[in-house]
Amino acid sequence: MNYKSEFSERYSDLYTENKQLIQSSSTEYINSFREEAIERYRILGIPSRKSEMYRYTNLDIFFRHDFKNYLAPDDEDFIKAEEFRCDVASLDTHGLVLMNGFYPDLKNKLRQLPEGVWVGSLREASVRFSDRIREHYGKYAKSESDGLVHLNTAMASDGIFVYVPEGTRLTKPVQIVNLVYSDEDIFNQHRNLIIVEKNSEIAIIICDHTLSPRKFLTNAVTEVYVGENSHFDIIRVQNEHNNASKISHTFIHQEKNSQASSNNLTLHGGLVRNSTYHFLGGEGAESNSYGLYLADKFQHVDNYINVEHAFPHCTSNQLFKGVLDDMATGAFNGRIYVAKDAQGTLAYQRNNNILLTDDAKMYTKPQLEIYADDVKCSHGATVGQIDNDALFYLRSRGIEKREAMLMLMFAFTHEVIQKIRIDPLRERMDNLVMQRLKGELSRCASCMVQCG
Amino acid sequence: MLIIKNLHASINGKEILKGLDLEVKPGEIHAIMGPNGSGKSTLAAVIAGREIARVTEGTVEYFGRNLLEMLPEERSKEGIFLGFQYPIEIPGVSMVNFLKTAVNTHRRHKGLEPLSASDFLKLMREKKEMVEIDSKLANRSVNEGFSGGEKKKNEIFQMAMLEPTLAILDETDSGLDIDALRVVANGVNKLKRPDNSAVVITHYQRLLDYIVPDVVHVLYDGRIVRTAGKELALELEEKGYEWIRSEVDNQTGYEL
Repeated sequence: MNYKSEFSERYSDLYTENKQLIQSSSTEYINSFREEAIERYRILGIPSRKSEMYRYTNLDIFFRHDFKNYLAPDDEDFIKAEEFRCDVASLDTHGLVLMNGFYPDLKNKLRQLPEGVWVGSLREASVRFSDRIREHYGKYAKSESDGLVHLNTAMASDGIFVYVPEGTRLTKPVQIVNLVYSDEDIFNQHRNLIIVEKNSEIAIIICDHTLSPRKFLTNAVTEVYVGENSHFDIIRVQNEHNNASKISHTFIHQEKNSQASSNNLTLHGGLVRNSTYHFLGGEGAESNSYGLYLADKFQHVDNYINVEHAFPHCTSNQLFKGVLDDMATGAFNGRIYVAKDAQGTLAYQRNNNILLTDDAKMYTKPQLEIYADDVKCSHGATVGQIDNDALFYLRSRGIEKREAMLMLMFAFTHEVIQKIRIDPLRERMDNLVMQRLKGELSRCASCMVQCG
Repeated sequence: MLIIKNLHASINGKEILKGLDLEVKPGEIHAIMGPNGSGKSTLAAVIAGREIARVTEGTVEYFGRNLLEMLPEERSKEGIFLGFQYPIEIPGVSMVNFLKTAVNTHRRHKGLEPLSASDFLKLMREKKEMVEIDSKLANRSVNEGFSGGEKKKNEIFQMAMLEPTLAILDETDSGLDIDALRVVANGVNKLKRPDNSAVVITHYQRLLDYIVPDVVHVLYDGRIVRTAGKELALELEEKGYEWIRSEVDNQTGYEL
């Protein structure tokens, strides 16, 4: 099981060399995870393509680059974040910004929203909400085989904290804008923790975004706890430039009768790897994992989904769709694991892809492991071209070929956009996807969702 | 308006049309009849510009222009409409968006301003009433989940929206019950003007109970083997295609 990349050691050395700096700003509890995590990382390392989970993504070429390490925040950079925030008109959300993985608001590290929800810096929360942190931090981000999750646990020291107390319904979504900005090539990591206690509801929008044209590598972990009877939505809008590499691991732990949906909308980015883990940890839970990826040039987008049915009578859906142009490559690996006692499981999976050129490539792989016998599971994958009959039908009514192709691609992608339950965001995504398909959206100067 | 001379066309390397001649003048309704496999749909495909039908010989002129050099969308904008035998389902593309794009493309081609949203909806309402199609169909994705009859009515509705100069209806009547058949035929009749024409391709005579053709052709083995007035359709109905088949095959025998 030694499938690590040859550059793995460089990053464990980084921890050893900067241990004091990393630990100096965190609480003892968070630091208590670090040593074990780095040991795990030393064994597992950066996954190579020999690892089943990363078979179609070569991380070597990204990790071998000589990045500057962004281990502590720089106040100068925070000014940029402030400017950014003032710059944009607002979609009606509670906005939060992360700059290179750190929470930049110095005056107000944690704030309480009118409905009673707390949002802000994880670092600050680990002091002020130490009991909640003890209950949830590091409990869900568990990976047997992905060294990068452990590297994050060992080294990340800030990120977003969201705490939704029992019985709270937040009507306005919380929007987290992840900015990466530097005059140098940087490697950064952050850690988010979202706690949704029982009988609550919240939607979170995460926008991944780059502000300067350097090479960036981000390794982020988000842990989510969704309590009994709660509803949780997470929508990730990714729009980074071609020199940016983004690796996101999202772990969603669900309790009884809860409902959680994740939607990864990848509009642009050099390398994008999203690992989304859904743990159905109580009867009657429902999880939805959606994704849309539009890639061109040499971009690479990889979605790894892991749905674990640990209890009876849970439902899960996976729907991922992609349009790949030029030399772009994509990968989809959807795992469904049904434990022996998870009777009455319903689990569905679908992955559809359109390749616009002969050089674009898509790797798609279902992975079903079913140990219960009373289970309904289905999976399907397609990789194809634009439907020629449909294209001719539209053209025969006078619609130009280019326009007809756009209509068909848009219709294809709309199935995923439709799943967004926040109306204004859905409309804006429709526009953005249309722009992207037209080739008008190469690199946006500001946050996609707000100024699109 | 349409002059076809010595048309040879093949599908997947197999020659289907073997020297077809046809002329359609403004204001005429032509019926093309013939047994299965005679080349009726291939003819429709060639006129509409479907790539699958490869023209190997012959000419097709449309108002003096070489039709074969025009893209399918150009042909449409110049007034050619194909009513599909098997209309395509396009999930995710709404009828409204589809028709609005098509209608405004046609308008732009004629040098007209695009229709406003309200004018467009008004036009849709008018045409829906004219061709008697269910209002609800227009709120769905193109042909998605439509019954066979609904799909065919939708073709006529699109034809009403686009007001073609030359409509080719490829077995629009096949698989229709008598009510749907009546709706389709009424649509064609109502859209008739002195300056436009229609070519109705059909296997059965019954559509011609509702649409009265000026000229009836029999297409057999890739060629028009007989052309006459509407009485020919009745004769075919009575005697079946066997009669034509044996007659033509005998002729061929003589020639050899």
